[in-house]
Amino acid sequence: MGSTADSADRMVRRHRLSTRLWHGLNALLLYILFTSGLGIFNAHPRLYWGQYGANFDHGWLELDRFPGWITLPGHYSLALSRHWHLAAAPLFAFTLLAYMIWSLANRHIVRDLAFRCEELTLRHLWQDISDHARLRFPTGEAVLRYGLLQKASYVGVIFVALPLIILTGLTMSPGMNAAWPWLVDLFGGRQSARSIHFITAFALAAFFLVHILMVLLSGPVNQIRAIITGRYRLSQDRP
Amino acid sequence: MILTRRTLLLGATATLAGCDRLARDERFREALFSAENFHKWAQRGLMAPDALAREFRPDQISPIFRANGTANPDTPAYKALWRGGFADWRLQVTGLVARDLSLSLAQLRSLPHREQITRHDCVEGWSAIGKWRGVPLKTILDGAGLKSRARYIVFRCADDMGGGRPYYESIDLADAFHPQTILAFALNDRPLSVANGAPLRLRVERQLGYKQAKYLMGIEAVDSLATIGKGKGGFWEDHADYDWYAGI
Repeated sequence: MGSTADSADRMVRRHRLSTRLWHGLNALLLYILFTSGLGIFNAHPRLYWGQYGANFDHGWLELDRFPGWITLPGHYSLALSRHWHLAAAPLFAFTLLAYMIWSLANRHIVRDLAFRCEELTLRHLWQDISDHARLRFPTGEAVLRYGLLQKASYVGVIFVALPLIILTGLTMSPGMNAAWPWLVDLFGGRQSARSIHFITAFALAAFFLVHILMVLLSGPVNQIRAIITGRYRLSQDRP
Repeated sequence: MILTRRTLLLGATATLAGCDRLARDERFREALFSAENFHKWAQRGLMAPDALAREFRPDQISPIFRANGTANPDTPAYKALWRGGFADWRLQVTGLVARDLSLSLAQLRSLPHREQITRHDCVEGWSAIGKWRGVPLKTILDGAGLKSRARYIVFRCADDMGGGRPYYESIDLADAFHPQTILAFALNDRPLSVANGAPLRLRVERQLGYKQAKYLMGIEAVDSLATIGKGKGGFWEDHADYDWYAGI
């Protein structure tokens, strides 16, 4: 796709530097965390609900090991997977925190992500769903504003899924259980936290796939340029 | 579409291969492995020195307590001790102490006990809850008189991990003097089974399972871990790159 240069097209600033930096670093860290996480999961590919869970207990999910092409490292090594995971996790958590604070300070959250009263109607929601289903994406100036579903997915990822995966990760740590005992109560036990951690990881993987699909469908060259350089080519409004 | 599923897959595999290559570089490994220091520093900073691991109710105990690590040391020396009901077994307390100790199981049982229902977290991801009874390590160390130079307590075990390398582990004094750090001789109101570390095992409840040394033969106070084993403070630390600080 990537629209041909039209005399009426103009380049606009789309994404701030903080968003672009965080997006790039976050993509890399989540990739390391997901693949090394699967490597750790392979050490005991069973999930339980509650405080305890081991081979003699009832697991709600029992899988085979994930194949080497999607684990880090590519061969089974619990120690190395843990080194990757535990080195990337604090970087990921603190950059998320910094990004949240920065986005609040520069009004990115209030201006671009917060829902507006007038868009929170069933009619508006239905409109957004049917536009997505028919692959009708906004044109002109409307491109620069996030749609309702788009906002909901970004808010869901940044303020729900990512904090959830950090907190459930910490809940699996016996040291953190002593430091912050409320973690265990919040998630109903270490094994429940491990299950929620796993489910959230796959919810994020699903978000990633839809996110990529949307980029591909809505002009990948323009979108990828915007998230790397910040500049987005705005084409003239089509009727 | 430029990006097909195939190129995505190839890209993902290539990135992973790149990460694998990076992880073989000595300096990068050092940087990657240093995350352990951050976790130890952060956790020790966030928890009070005597912050307790969660203790559970009797009805929360795992129906079957899965044993971790060696299931049976099976060496001639251990078998002989086991046949004698561990009557000839002694715990040797040595190293940087004012007086060496040699304690029998009966002597340990006669000391003040602590009972705790705690969760055992294996590095693999599973957990089991059990009720432990044992002597606080602090009682033993105070009895032996720890010298001021001592920094670590090393635990020597009866299980041979192959090639004449016995299992061993170590903790620092912050964990050694923690109220829940005990030398346990009973699990769920019964003497320790062989699978769970008979006759005596360490419980250090704010760390993962591989720190909970089983089949204890001796404990030694040292000022450095460098000269023990390969110098990393434990069997798995020496031979499989596990973190010495296992709080996460």
